[in-house]
Amino acid sequence: MRTTIRRLVCAGFAASALSAQNLAVKGETVYTMAGSPIQNGVVIIRNGKIEHVGTAAQVAIPSGYQTISAKIVTPGLVDAHSTVGLTGYLNAATDQDQLEHSAAIQPELRALDAYDPDERLIEWVRSFGVTTMNTGHSPGALISGQTMIVKTVGQTADEAAIVPTAMIAASLGEEGRAEQGKSPGTRGKEIAMLRSEFIKAQEMQKKLAKPESAASDAKSDKGESKAPDRDLKTEALIRVLKGEVPLLVTAERSRDVISAIRLAKEFNIKLIIDSCSECALILPEVKASGFPVILHPTMKRASGETENISFEDAAKLTAAGIPWALQSGFEGYVPKTRVILWEAAIAAANGLTFDQALGSITINAAKIIGVSARVGSLEPGKDGDIALYDGDPFEYTSHCLGTVINGKLVSSGKF
Amino acid sequence: MMRNFCLVGAGVFLACASVTLAQSNPVAYTGAHIIPVAGAEIPDGVLVVQNGKIVTVGAKGAVSIPAGAQVVDAASKVIMPGIVDSHSHIGEPEGGDSSSAIQPDVRVLDSVNVHDAHIEKARAGGVTTANVMPGSGRLSSGQTLYLKLRKGNTIDDLLIKLPDGSIAGGLKMANGTNPRGAPPLPGTRGKAAAMVRADFIKAQEYRAKVIAAKGDASKLPPRDLRMEELVEVLDGKRTVQFHTHRHDDIMTVIRLSQEFHFKVVLHHVSDGWMMADEIAKAKVPVSVIVIDSPGGKEEAMNALPITPARLEAAGVLFGFHTDDPITDSRLFLRSAALGVRNGLSRATALYAMTMGNAKILELDSRVGSLEPGKDADFIVLSGDPLSVYTHVLETWVEGKKVFDRSDPHDRLEQVGGEGASHDQNPFWVDDDGDDAGGRS
Repeated sequence: MRTTIRRLVCAGFAASALSAQNLAVKGETVYTMAGSPIQNGVVIIRNGKIEHVGTAAQVAIPSGYQTISAKIVTPGLVDAHSTVGLTGYLNAATDQDQLEHSAAIQPELRALDAYDPDERLIEWVRSFGVTTMNTGHSPGALISGQTMIVKTVGQTADEAAIVPTAMIAASLGEEGRAEQGKSPGTRGKEIAMLRSEFIKAQEMQKKLAKPESAASDAKSDKGESKAPDRDLKTEALIRVLKGEVPLLVTAERSRDVISAIRLAKEFNIKLIIDSCSECALILPEVKASGFPVILHPTMKRASGETENISFEDAAKLTAAGIPWALQSGFEGYVPKTRVILWEAAIAAANGLTFDQALGSITINAAKIIGVSARVGSLEPGKDGDIALYDGDPFEYTSHCLGTVINGKLVSSGKF
Repeated sequence: MMRNFCLVGAGVFLACASVTLAQSNPVAYTGAHIIPVAGAEIPDGVLVVQNGKIVTVGAKGAVSIPAGAQVVDAASKVIMPGIVDSHSHIGEPEGGDSSSAIQPDVRVLDSVNVHDAHIEKARAGGVTTANVMPGSGRLSSGQTLYLKLRKGNTIDDLLIKLPDGSIAGGLKMANGTNPRGAPPLPGTRGKAAAMVRADFIKAQEYRAKVIAAKGDASKLPPRDLRMEELVEVLDGKRTVQFHTHRHDDIMTVIRLSQEFHFKVVLHHVSDGWMMADEIAKAKVPVSVIVIDSPGGKEEAMNALPITPARLEAAGVLFGFHTDDPITDSRLFLRSAALGVRNGLSRATALYAMTMGNAKILELDSRVGSLEPGKDADFIVLSGDPLSVYTHVLETWVEGKKVFDRSDPHDRLEQVGGEGASHDQNPFWVDDDGDDAGGRS
């Protein structure tokens, strides 16, 4: 059975890679993540976009369409927080661009300028069905830089990017501390530094809002521009203050999560709570904040600040009614990246339903990172991003047979 | 854990006492799907244990249940041998320091913390025997320990004593990039091999002097702990557990073992999938790790999950390992399943978790399969061992239950949560009184 399906998919590969992005994908079960699963379902992709989704009886496959099929069909997987592309698999100085140590606060560092579209780990996660990632600067500095949202294909960073600046990545607690002798050295100092920077940004925002300084041709009596000097750091923080870009705050300890919420409320910032190993201890507070959580990888190691992490954190967030998605996160050693499919699998085995677990790496992830208009579910008008499996995707012994992005088969699973 | 469990109340104390008492009466588990590893799987099986040993394993009706046996209904459960981990770092083992590159005199025996939460977590993953190793930052970081994960208060409670009275364990060695560095560490692969050869040659000379002395104390060389350990290796009394990743490093280990005729197990073998035939030809066993993505360091750039299947095809004896904390002991069965995902047979996958590792550690006469006369080390699973949805329900070592998912504290160790990473300690905060830790 498996061999047959694998051959079918492979047969489709050469033709679909070359042809226009018209493709029909059939599944014994199609999880659209927009309504109930469809038995004997078909997804029609035209020019890279989903045109029809329905049962084989309802949806006719247009002539000339390449058809591929599998037992289980899901939306392409969405990894709500990764560092892949900035972190490379060799884990050598030459392929680690996720963290710059020269200053504590560097929101101006763009992921776009650091993302390596040829990184082998991108190919690796894609082969398990990952089609979209929020990736960028890692935890490890108070503000380490920006993240971007990419499709896991593309010859250049620009081609891969669908949101060039997605979030500003911050860290609290141990991960936010600078090296010995530099600031911030304590939790109190971390928040004081962030408040100070956001206040500066607010003042700049006010200056820029005044008509005379906003006008590009405004001159003083001496002919000098009245507009304040450009400052990339402040400009990035102003985008956060305006609500254009969320602040992604990695915090493990419950007190650091509470600090992040307090900061976000003070500056009216769109906060996304990241990792949150102790979320289970503060569920009412997190729920009341209204902010979503991009939860730690289920298999993240319990050590130091993450000592209280649980396989059941995902189930607890779900029960509390908190919007959340899973992440593969950042790994400093082995495995150099986690695979979001397997992290969801362990959550599915520890209190989540199949649909809840799949939702955390498809539609709910797309919603939290702000790209659900394009990806995360199989609905007409959305991108033709699909993953095909030969059985329950979460089972260790199932395989991802193929990954489709914008209607093109871009991976045929090897592992 | 046992102690604070016993503190809770009289009722619980009785339950606790019954667990810790030796089972002089036979206990028969019936109705389970039994995977004996020695022989075919038994869909409706009977397992009888008594006095810490396995008495009978067989199909319902084909084996008799002794009169007076306590019968435990295990219908819909799966029972298999306790898992053997051939490479782990649970218990905070400490090996050699920065003083030299080759420190075979250093014993993890003198460092293991038996109250470490990682040991509880390993039991929650079904591990009953583990090779606890020092690290790979030296060419030799010292002696390893093969431990039974009995509930114990000191390291002595977990040791395995061999028939000659010695303590079971191996010698950790490593090559490739981990043990490289500034002097006294080697700076290159060639230097690393030269240093190892020089020390083994010294050990050969030391051994020759000992033999020549014929027991005459006045002629014996001065005692040298480093040399004594290497002589144990030369004499085949201690197996080298050799960390090695890259294809050429694997060949270096084989070359050294052939030059000095020592018993060796190749560990990690990131490039194992491309070296299966060479490893088979050398008749060297392997302890393999399965990780979620290749890389993390240059020499593991080709670490692909196809290695187990390639080793099976080449006829190599191998087992899996966690390298805990590199992979999580609680999810160790996942390694076997990912092997199967990539072409390994189910039977070999389960063998590699149990008998394969038992053979690697030369404990196969005692553990690794469900056979009469062997230690009653077994696990009870909620379903198929290769399914992600399966949980370890119970872990038994020598007829004593060391993990029970229905116990709140044990469940905390298995799934995690507040307090799960603390060492065993009856005094840490438990303010909701359920003995599971955490706040309600």
